[in-house]
Amino acid sequence: MTAAGRRFGAWRAAWPLLPVLIFLGFFFLYPVGQLLWLSVEIKGTGALTAMHYQRLFASTLYVKVLQITLETSAWCTFFSIVGGYPVAYLLATTSERRRNNLMLWILLPFWTSFLVRTFAWIVLLGRNGAINGWLQALGLTDEPLSLIYNFTGVMIGMTHALMPLAILTMVSVMEQIDANLPKAASTLGARGGQAFWRIYFPLSLPGVAAGGLLVFITAIGFFITPALLGGRLQTMIAQVIITQVQDLMNWAFAGAVSVLLLVTALVVFYLYDRALGMSTLAGETPSTQGGGGRNPIARLSAWIGGHLLGAIGRLCDIVSEAYERLVPRPASRPTREWSRGVLAFLVFLIIFFLAAPTFFIVPVSFTTDAFIEWPPKFFSLRWYDTVFVSPLWREAIVRSLLVGVLSASLAMVVGAPAAFVLVRQRIMGKTALLALVLSPLIIPRIIIAVALFYFYARFGALINVRFIGTSLGLVLGHAVLAIPYVVVTVMAVLKNYDERLDQAAGSLGANPVRTLWHVTIPLIRSGLIAAFLFAFITSFDELTIALFVSGGLATTLPKQMWDDALLKVNPTLAAVSTILLVFITGMILAAEYLRRRALGRSSAA
Amino acid sequence: MTGTTEKLRVRDLRKTYGQVVALTDAQFDLAEGEFLTLLGPSGSGKTTMLMIIAGLIQPDKGEVWIDGKLATFAPSYKRDIGMVFQNYALFPHMTVHENIAFPLRMRRMAESKIRDEVQRVLDIVRLPHVADRLPRALSGGQQQRIALARCMVYRPSIILMDEPLGALDKKLRDQMQLEIKQLHTELGITILYVTHDQEEAMIMSDRICLMNDARIEQLGTPADLYFKPRTVFAADFLGESNLLDGVVQSAGHGRATVKSAGDAVIKAPAADVFAVGQAVKFMVRPERLRLLDPVESADNVIEGTLDQIIMVGGVTKYYVRLPTGPVVSATRLTRGPVTGLERGTRVRLGWPADSTVLLPT
Repeated sequence: MTAAGRRFGAWRAAWPLLPVLIFLGFFFLYPVGQLLWLSVEIKGTGALTAMHYQRLFASTLYVKVLQITLETSAWCTFFSIVGGYPVAYLLATTSERRRNNLMLWILLPFWTSFLVRTFAWIVLLGRNGAINGWLQALGLTDEPLSLIYNFTGVMIGMTHALMPLAILTMVSVMEQIDANLPKAASTLGARGGQAFWRIYFPLSLPGVAAGGLLVFITAIGFFITPALLGGRLQTMIAQVIITQVQDLMNWAFAGAVSVLLLVTALVVFYLYDRALGMSTLAGETPSTQGGGGRNPIARLSAWIGGHLLGAIGRLCDIVSEAYERLVPRPASRPTREWSRGVLAFLVFLIIFFLAAPTFFIVPVSFTTDAFIEWPPKFFSLRWYDTVFVSPLWREAIVRSLLVGVLSASLAMVVGAPAAFVLVRQRIMGKTALLALVLSPLIIPRIIIAVALFYFYARFGALINVRFIGTSLGLVLGHAVLAIPYVVVTVMAVLKNYDERLDQAAGSLGANPVRTLWHVTIPLIRSGLIAAFLFAFITSFDELTIALFVSGGLATTLPKQMWDDALLKVNPTLAAVSTILLVFITGMILAAEYLRRRALGRSSAA
Repeated sequence: MTGTTEKLRVRDLRKTYGQVVALTDAQFDLAEGEFLTLLGPSGSGKTTMLMIIAGLIQPDKGEVWIDGKLATFAPSYKRDIGMVFQNYALFPHMTVHENIAFPLRMRRMAESKIRDEVQRVLDIVRLPHVADRLPRALSGGQQQRIALARCMVYRPSIILMDEPLGALDKKLRDQMQLEIKQLHTELGITILYVTHDQEEAMIMSDRICLMNDARIEQLGTPADLYFKPRTVFAADFLGESNLLDGVVQSAGHGRATVKSAGDAVIKAPAADVFAVGQAVKFMVRPERLRLLDPVESADNVIEGTLDQIIMVGGVTKYYVRLPTGPVVSATRLTRGPVTGLERGTRVRLGWPADSTVLLPT
């Protein structure tokens, strides 16, 4: 067979990729492309114009907003990485049992709705909030401090929102670092500081970079936290897009602003790729690092980095040597590593920061008061009554459940087969395919939402189907966002699956379909269910697309909460948030349990 | 080659994990220039012992002395040791040069001197041209040599090696065994080596420390362990062996006779620890067993029927079933195709009394 023939053969085996390609092409690539085109086209003529961009840069307003967006995102990235690194380090270097237990405390905030977590910060940081209450009770301040509706509030809220993402990304890279390397460094004469800064830290950098990138990209598309915890001066670019579309119906200009956002995202990606290589995003160690960088910039930065880290390591050495001279360590008695204890304490504080605030929403939901206030006045179930009696809330809950189940099912049907091909077949352009499938995670969500809104309006009119204001539109949109989660989860389970089991089934006379049905699927069932649950949560929690596509008619739960919150953050929201919190916690525990069982089963087999 | 200076002294080491005893009652000495192997099945405590000596695990009790200094709880960066890990643990983000320079930099050696030293050890391991490559660009055997070079460059008192050849294929492993042995002899380095491969241990070691079930089973030269095993485990673990049951019939003056299950009386040299009537096992190596001609006699003789003949290249193995059930094997050098013997033939096996080893059950 010729090389071309083989490649064709491989492509024939890749047909399960078709659904995902068609679906994403139609409901993701095309709409986004159309939106970008809109921003450079003179309406309806097909001729090019820079009009919208001129307007964008004509006044300092939008430039200022872009600047705020970048600054806020950069600071948020910085805090997420600096706070997340010790947690990720501990998770990656501790025993498996402890890691699994700690991981739940990262996953819980990771999957809890941004809205719920933002409300929690309002309860904590508000003028009449918990923190101000305590400060005054302790007599530390006479009058309440301004902790929200300013930069501090936004920064706390956004760091809280995005640090779990940074941690999860960094852990996945750190887990790949050979645990023998720090030990080897130690036997070669390196103290803890030197071993960390010269060996572990450089090897964990791809994780830091990938985590930082994901946080930054997510942050520049953020609007919930700046809108609810920030003031006018913290307005971010996504909020401008929402205003342009919802209030002013100015599509073309919204397109131009989106392009600005997208270009910013792409520039960041480009710089990242130049410096480190895209493969590190998937958690692989880069092929070029340290001494042998392939381009001058990377080589220079590696050289500077190497010397800088060496200097930090040397500094640690000097400090610990001085310490040992003061407090000698006799070789005859066991010694305790105090550094590990300090780390554990630090990680405890950070995890407390991540996990604890959300629970403050619970007591507030039982208040008798009509305001969110701390301490809440107990005890009443009236806010729960309000939720369950109001047709608006009831309808929203039912729709969210329905849309969640349908979009998760769709994402599974489309995404799972693709995962099989991506893990098992050797095909050309696999990286590009993976990038496409994962891109709904990377492209700022607000852009996808605006693009879908526009596409739905035009396409719906063309074929006379209503997408806007219907569950159909929501299901399709949410499936776009859920597909990456499904593909990643199923791929992870399949990578652990022993393919020889399939070969054995084949040799025993089962055809591929029966093999899949009787052997593969039963073995990876837990993984598939976990993927489904992740997809469901993605949809159930989703606000951005719902904001546009629901069109005020088909309201989902997050959309209803958002609308309510814009009017006034009230105890009803606390009640809804509590319900959501309990629900999501249950789902995560279920998904996590199933995931662990799936990994255990397929590898034990 | 073996000097008299003591490089390592291990006394009464014990390590437990909860209820599980990982190592207990461990003691031995290692002289300068000696090659000692910790040999044993997985879970026998050999890696635990190595990790305690390296300072990567703290023992519950006992003492470790390195080069005359107490080091039981000293951090590994302060011990005068080098360690080669199973997967080499070369730093993947550093070039070969940087890897080998690392321990020297930790010791704050001048960069100009570092360059010379790195080149020196690269010459020793016969890889003078790879200094600028990354570890992943090297083959498994080359990585192995770089890992060794990284240890040798700062001349530690002892080099510890944790199954360093485990990841290599058979042919390369054979070659590396000889290379390491050669480096050891030429440079006079002191090596503590861990393996579960008894053949590897026999080839490389001056002495073998056989471990089983968290304890040292027997410590001695390869010949000691092979010819004079002191336990059934030792007899079984090293080389092939025929182990049969018996009861002591007479004992004294360094000799004993044993009545085996088939009523044959076996003569054997024996220490004075065996008492008449005691149940024992006796061991004889397959290469010491001979198929006797009908008229031939030997110190010890047992009879059986031929079960199988297997030609394995240079040697041919004869499996003989004894009337009482067990199968013993006898090996002979292959001289040509076997003729005249077939399954079911009654045969007599004989061996000299001093090739019999009496073992407590």
